[in-house]
Amino acid sequence: MIRNYDELLSYGDLYKKSLDKQKKKVLVCAGTGCLAGGSLAIYEKIKELVKESGLLVDVDLDKEEEGVGVKKSGCHGFCEAGPLVRIEPYNYLYLHVRLEDCEEIVCRTLKEGKPIERLMYHSNDRIYKTQEEIPFYKKQTRLVLHNCGHIDAENIQEYIGNGGYKAAALALNMTPQEICNLITDSGLRGRGGGGYPAGRKWSQVLAQNNPVKYVVCNGDEGDPGAFMDRSIMEGDPHKVIEGMLISGFATNANKGYIYVRAEYPMAVHRLQLAIEQAKEYGLLGENILGSGFNFNIQIAQGAGAFVCGEGSALTSSIEGERGMPRVKPPRTVEKGLFECPTVLNNVETFANVPIIILKGAEEYKKLGIEKNTGTKVFALTGNVVNTGLIEVPMGTSLGEVIFGIGGGIPNGKKFKAVQIGGPSGGCLIFDENHLNLPLSFDSLEEAGAMIGSGGMVIMDEDTCMVEVARFFMSFTQRESCGKCIPCREGTKRMLDILEEITKGNGTMDDLNLLYEIADTVKNTALCGLGKTAPNPVLSTLQYFYDEYLAHVVDKVCPAKICKELAEITIDPDICKGCSKCAKICPVKAISGKIKEPYHIDKNKCIKCGACIEVCPFKAIKEV
Amino acid sequence: MLDLSFKERVNEIISRHNNDKKKIISIIQDVQKEYHYLPEEVLVYIADTLDISHAKIYGIATFYENFSLEQKGKNIIKICDGTACHVRDSIPIFKAIYKYLNLSDKKNTSDDMLFTVETVSCLGACGLAPVITINDVVYPKMTPEAVVELLQKYKKEAM
Ligand SMILES: Cc1cc2nc3c(=O)[nH]c(=O)nc-3n(C[C@H](O)[C@H](O)[C@H](O)COP(=O)(O)O)c2cc1C
Ligand code: FES
Repeated sequence: MIRNYDELLSYGDLYKKSLDKQKKKVLVCAGTGCLAGGSLAIYEKIKELVKESGLLVDVDLDKEEEGVGVKKSGCHGFCEAGPLVRIEPYNYLYLHVRLEDCEEIVCRTLKEGKPIERLMYHSNDRIYKTQEEIPFYKKQTRLVLHNCGHIDAENIQEYIGNGGYKAAALALNMTPQEICNLITDSGLRGRGGGGYPAGRKWSQVLAQNNPVKYVVCNGDEGDPGAFMDRSIMEGDPHKVIEGMLISGFATNANKGYIYVRAEYPMAVHRLQLAIEQAKEYGLLGENILGSGFNFNIQIAQGAGAFVCGEGSALTSSIEGERGMPRVKPPRTVEKGLFECPTVLNNVETFANVPIIILKGAEEYKKLGIEKNTGTKVFALTGNVVNTGLIEVPMGTSLGEVIFGIGGGIPNGKKFKAVQIGGPSGGCLIFDENHLNLPLSFDSLEEAGAMIGSGGMVIMDEDTCMVEVARFFMSFTQRESCGKCIPCREGTKRMLDILEEITKGNGTMDDLNLLYEIADTVKNTALCGLGKTAPNPVLSTLQYFYDEYLAHVVDKVCPAKICKELAEITIDPDICKGCSKCAKICPVKAISGKIKEPYHIDKNKCIKCGACIEVCPFKAIKEV
Repeated sequence: MLDLSFKERVNEIISRHNNDKKKIISIIQDVQKEYHYLPEEVLVYIADTLDISHAKIYGIATFYENFSLEQKGKNIIKICDGTACHVRDSIPIFKAIYKYLNLSDKKNTSDDMLFTVETVSCLGACGLAPVITINDVVYPKMTPEAVVELLQKYKKEAM
């Protein structure tokens, strides 16, 4: 139990000292990606080998002991190359580690201090020994993700030893208004999509006179292609808790909720553990650090509804209702959870708060660009060499992120488009002319989008943009809650049209109708879901109009993705005339003579592809 | 039909949540954990116990995608068709699973009740796309061939 500021500092020193005494540390990534690659078994194995070899493990930070620390850390971000193992103090990063490698890691690296080059990052004949040298990391600024991958995510002592909860202790000695002002001065804007100034939101809640107020952390992260919040919650859960605690004190709220989506069981587990530890150490609960301030946090689990990421839907869901958005005003800051004034912020927004308190507004503002301060975490996915989680200062260009950090497009393909923001962030699709676009709230807003939560899906030349538009529309259509008509009906109609186009049944009138519906839905839908639903359609129409024309006029899919526009033919040079295809064809479109090349009747063919699969000579192809 | 012994279990779950109407979603979640779906009798019983209307509990149970009113198979397969997985070819995987288990648009549980297949919009493991999960265990970088092998393994284990 830590009772006051001074005690926190001395505990921090103590833990820091004993952390330093762990002369060598093995950090096995236990983020979702690496866990899937078997990192848990690697962790156990290394731990066992270290024990056998007589080097100490399981050092209790309360005592000052020497030894090797073997830890499960949060996501290192370089998911593509997992399972990852980092070894300190050398800062070696081993990639694609397998169970068979563990023995060598312990013998060579831990005992003798020698690197194992085979497991290190290679590029153009160069071997990158330390994590910090690898281009993927070198070009990043890891502020929010600083602890992710560097500390044991399940151990509060490590967090405290690395300066954790110091920001909260400092904040508890300020006045609520001072904190709100500091956050406002720092220019921190909400990272969940909208980019609303966090300090202003807090001041509005502080100004409300209601005796009960709430702090709600939005960990719903429903945007497909995004896992920033997941990695923060799993890799550094205390930072989120600390941010919420500070927010609670700054707005006179005593209760917090973290709303986590059901697909993230590991995040729930780590947060739950972190909350219990924080309670045990007196950092949550009654009279925190002797300040007289009480604050508690509870986890609420979602049940699979994308729209619940929207503020008013989220609060209804916590209240045990169907998660449907409501008309605003009243806004969440006035009447939010249980009709009380509520601070609703995103996971990453809260994670920035302790950093700002410690750095001060001026220092924080040095990162990023004007009106868009700090850093932003992005999830880089899709057709890109280095998929994973990255953090860059606001204002970094799209090209730098995709090519500098992401390493470009794999398999020698050409870059075609990038989708940003997810369906709620005003998903926009950009072509190659936008590679210089700086990533900030304002620049993207000018381009008609929002930075969104930070999902960034890269698409190569083999992607059909009409199909992508259809894909997003089917997503929003499925997730539309059905409360308002423009969204409920509009998304359905747009989806119908897009489906017909991908089947080759589209007309020019359809394209015009698509514009018209998109415009109507955008301007009349009730919540952000509907308002931004047409964006993928509008942006693909804007940048890839040719592709729509190809589907509608020429009835071809340039990327050869839309099955029903493809033609299936038999290569007469390869075909041996075995008749297997003719037998499997469900519509009897294939005919021919045994031992002579067969032939497909285009008018009968339904393009089911059964013949392609059955052909033993691979003579049948889609063109 | 369930026999009446379910009441005891359900009562226990409800009282764990302090008989609080507002916790209805958590209550339904716990019930689903127990039965792997939401049997009608149980929903009706919860509604009556908490004094909320049948329509309301039905509304909640059908609003959220995680809730199922139909009995599910022993293993739950979630296929991700989020953006990242989609551009890395999740559809062929989807097709391979459907074909192997003999499923269709209208039928997502295999005849032997061993598997239920659901499509989800993102599992948050996009760096490893395309991804599926079986009973919440993540299987990364799937291919149509690998997924069939995986299912065979699960099938064997069940026998
Ligand atoms: C359909 C829809 C889905 C949303 N999903 C999320 C989400 O998953 N996570 C999130 O933080 N914000 C989401 N938002 C934005 C929230 O409504 C809200 O603006 C945000 O949580 C506020 O926090 P911030 O100011 O810290 O960004 C969504 C909005 C809409 C309209
Ligand atoms: S899109 Fe498949 S895991 Fe995110």
